Amino acid sequence: MQISRTAALLTAGTLVAVAGCGTSDKGDDAAGGPIKVTASEDGCKLGKTELAAGTHTFEVRNSGSQVTEFYVYAPGDRIMGEVENIGPGLSRKLIVELQAGKYEGACKPGMTGKGIREALTITGDAPAHVTTDAKLAEATKSYQRYVKSQSAALIDKTTEFVAAIKAGDQAKAKTLFPVARTYWERIEPVAEIFGDLDPAIDGREDTVEPGQQFTGYHKLEKDLWATKDISKSGPIADKLLVDVKKVVELANSTTLTPVQLANGSKELLDEVATGKVTGEEDRYSHTDLWDFQANVEGSQGAIAALRPVLEERDPALVKQIDERFAAVDAALAKHAKGAGFKFYNELTPADVKELSTVIDAVGEPVSKVAAVVAAKK
Amino acid sequence: MEPGSQSLSRRRLLGVGAAGIAGVTVAAAGGAVGHDLLSDSPAAANTAADAVPFHGAHQAGITTPAQDRLHFVSFDVTTSKREELVALLKEWTRAAERMTRGKDAGPIGAVGGIPEAPPDDTGDALELPPSGLTLTIGFGPSLFTDANGKDRFGIAGKRPAALADLPLFPADKLDPARSGGDIAIQACANDPQVAVHAIRNLARIGFGTVSVRWSQLGFGRTSSTSRSQVTPRNLMGFKDGTRNLKAEDTKLLDEHLWAAPSDGAAWMAGGTYLVARRIRMMIETWDRTSLQEQEMIIGRAKGSGAPLTGKKEFDEPEFDTVGADKMPVIAKEAHVRLAHPDFNGGARLLRRGYNFVDGSDGLGRLDAGLFFLAFQRDPRKQFVPVQRSLARLDVLNEYIKHVGSAVYACPPGVRPGEYWGQSLFG
Repeated sequence: MQISRTAALLTAGTLVAVAGCGTSDKGDDAAGGPIKVTASEDGCKLGKTELAAGTHTFEVRNSGSQVTEFYVYAPGDRIMGEVENIGPGLSRKLIVELQAGKYEGACKPGMTGKGIREALTITGDAPAHVTTDAKLAEATKSYQRYVKSQSAALIDKTTEFVAAIKAGDQAKAKTLFPVARTYWERIEPVAEIFGDLDPAIDGREDTVEPGQQFTGYHKLEKDLWATKDISKSGPIADKLLVDVKKVVELANSTTLTPVQLANGSKELLDEVATGKVTGEEDRYSHTDLWDFQANVEGSQGAIAALRPVLEERDPALVKQIDERFAAVDAALAKHAKGAGFKFYNELTPADVKELSTVIDAVGEPVSKVAAVVAAKK
Repeated sequence: MEPGSQSLSRRRLLGVGAAGIAGVTVAAAGGAVGHDLLSDSPAAANTAADAVPFHGAHQAGITTPAQDRLHFVSFDVTTSKREELVALLKEWTRAAERMTRGKDAGPIGAVGGIPEAPPDDTGDALELPPSGLTLTIGFGPSLFTDANGKDRFGIAGKRPAALADLPLFPADKLDPARSGGDIAIQACANDPQVAVHAIRNLARIGFGTVSVRWSQLGFGRTSSTSRSQVTPRNLMGFKDGTRNLKAEDTKLLDEHLWAAPSDGAAWMAGGTYLVARRIRMMIETWDRTSLQEQEMIIGRAKGSGAPLTGKKEFDEPEFDTVGADKMPVIAKEAHVRLAHPDFNGGARLLRRGYNFVDGSDGLGRLDAGLFFLAFQRDPRKQFVPVQRSLARLDVLNEYIKHVGSAVYACPPGVRPGEYWGQSLFG
C-alpha cells in the first residue's frame, strides 16, 4: 500500500500538511498568497526570503528537466517540511509552520544531494520557552517526518528500479540501483527493527541462513553485475517491491524514542565503519560510497531531530558533531563523480584510510548522544 | 591467586566513589599505593604488579627496568588546530595518570556510568593490577613541519636539530605504512592486556584529532635497562643488549641519554630521542645456520653471551686478539664489533626493544623479529653512525631486514598538573 502523500502530520500541536497540486488552500499567506518557489536545474528562487512567524504555504514549481523536491530546514538540517517528486513543469504546495529563526529552503534536482540552498529568515517574537520534554517529543515527530520523506522516495525509486529490471534494461537498472538504496540506507535504523524483512530486502549472499532464499537488492545486484543476466530476475524484483512497501508501512507506523534515535544515529555510523568502508556491502557493483553517504545522512537526520535538546544540554557536543560530520562530507566530496561517486574499487588504500578515520572521528561524539538525551534533568 | 583478590584493583582505589559497581570487590591495596605520590627517583616498581610512578623529571618507560610486554603506537595528527592538539595532550595525560595507577581511563569508568552511555573505559583491564604500566610519548619530525616544510602547529621553530629525519640506510626495505608518524606512545607493562588496554583507550580518546598510523605488539624484552635484570634473549637465541646503558649509570645517562639545555632545544632538556625500527628476522634460514657460524656472526657465545675472546657475559671483547689462523677471533664483520662504541666514536644507546611475532607471512614462515627501540641524546651521533656501519658490513644482514623506521623527540617528564609536551606547547 502506498502511503498517502496528503497525510497530515501533527507537529507540536500545529497542522503541517503536504498538499497535492492545488488541492489545498489552507495556510495561504495572509499577505499575497503562497510564496512562489522556482526550482530549476541550478537555482532555488524563493519569492520571499523574509517572512513573519506563522503558517506559510510554499508553491514549488519545477522549471528544470529532472524530478525535484523542496525542503525547509531548520539549523542542522532538521526537516521542518518537505515536498518531493515534483516532475518537470509541475507545481506542488508545502504548508509549514515556522517560528522566528533562521531557516533554509532547499531544492534538490534529481532528488539527491544537499540541494541548492536559499536562506530564509522568519521574524517575529521569539518562540515561547519550550520545555525539554516538549523538545524530546518533537524530536520523535521530527524524525517521523524524516522517515516519511525518505520512505516515500524509497518506494518510488525502487518501483523504477524494479520496472527497469523487468523491462530487461540493464543500464538503467544499474543507474537506479545505488539511488534506490540511498533511501533505504538512510532509514535503516527503523527498517532494521522488522527482523525478517531486513534480510529479505538487504541480505548479502554470505548472510543468508540455511533454508532461506537469497533475495532483495543484493541478489539483483549480483544478477546485474556478476551474472549479467536479469532475464530471470522478475520474481525477485517483484518480491523486493512488495517487501519494501511492507517495511515502509511498518516504519511509518513506528515511533522511535529519543534514545532509540540516538542509538540509530550511532548504528548507522557503525554500519559505515564495518560494512561500507570495507567495500563489503556492494561487492558486485562497488557502489559502496552511495550507501556510505546515505548512512551518514541518515545518521545526521536522526541527530537533526534531537538537535534542540542537544543544544540545550550539551552545545559543545553539537559543535563537535557538526564539525566532524563536515569533515566526513569533505572527505566524501573528494570522490564525487557525476551525480554519484567513484566506485569502491577505484579508491586507493590511502583514500579508504581517510574515510575510515573521519567515520571513527564522528562516531565517538555521536556515541555520547544517547546519554545526553537519556539524562534526567 | 584470585584475580583482584590480593593485587591492586584498577577501580577507584583512591576514591572517586565506588557507586554503581555492586558486586565488584575493591580489593586490599598492595604496596603500590605508596608510589602514587611521586618523586624523581628512578621509576621502579617493587613487584611486577605494582605501579610505576608516572610523574618525574624524566618520562617513565625509559630507564624504568624494562617490562615484559609492549604495545607501541604511532599516530598521524588529523586536526590542523593547535588548540585541539593541546586539548588532546591534556586529556591523554590525565588518562595516562589514571591508567598507570591501575585505574580506568576516564573519570567515570568501565561500569560506573549511566546505562545509555558507552563507558569511558573499555573495561578489559578491570581487576588487573597496574602491572608496571608506563606510557611514554614522543613527537615525530612530521609534527613540526609537513612534507612541504609548512609549520603545522606553530612549533616548527622549536624542532630540535637532533630530531633529523633518519637517512635511508643500505638495504632498508621500509614500508611507509609501518614507518614515521607524528606522535608515538610506548606502552610497557608486565601484563600484555594492561599495555593493550592503555593504547586502545588512548587511541579512542584521540579519534577525530589523531588517527593510528601503525602499531606494534612486543613480547619478551630484549634488553636490560637495570643491573637488577638479567640479559634476555632475542629470537635469534642470543643474549641481547649486554652493553646497554643502564639506569644505574647516571653519569653515562647524562652523557648519552638525556638532552641538555645546551643541546639547542630548551624544551627538550631532560628529554631524549627515540629511534624505532621494525627488524624482521629470517628466522627459518637462521635456524639452519650452524652454531659456529651463528656465534661468528654475532661475535659472542650463544650460551653464556660471553664475547668470543672471553669467558663471561660482561667480559670486555678483545678485538685485537687473533686465533691460530691469524684471523681476529671476533671477525671484522661480527655484529658485536660493528656495534661497539669503540668503533662508533663512543656512541652508546639505551636499548629497550621487544621481540615480536605477528603470526606468519603466508609462505609458512614466522613474521617475526626485533622491534628495536633505542633512546639517546642525539641520533645523528649515536644511532645513525652505528646503523651505517651495521648496514654496510654486518653479516647479520643476510638474516634480517629493516621494514619499519621512525624517530621521535620524547619530551621531559611531567610533573603533577602538567601535560605531555607542555614545554613544547605551553
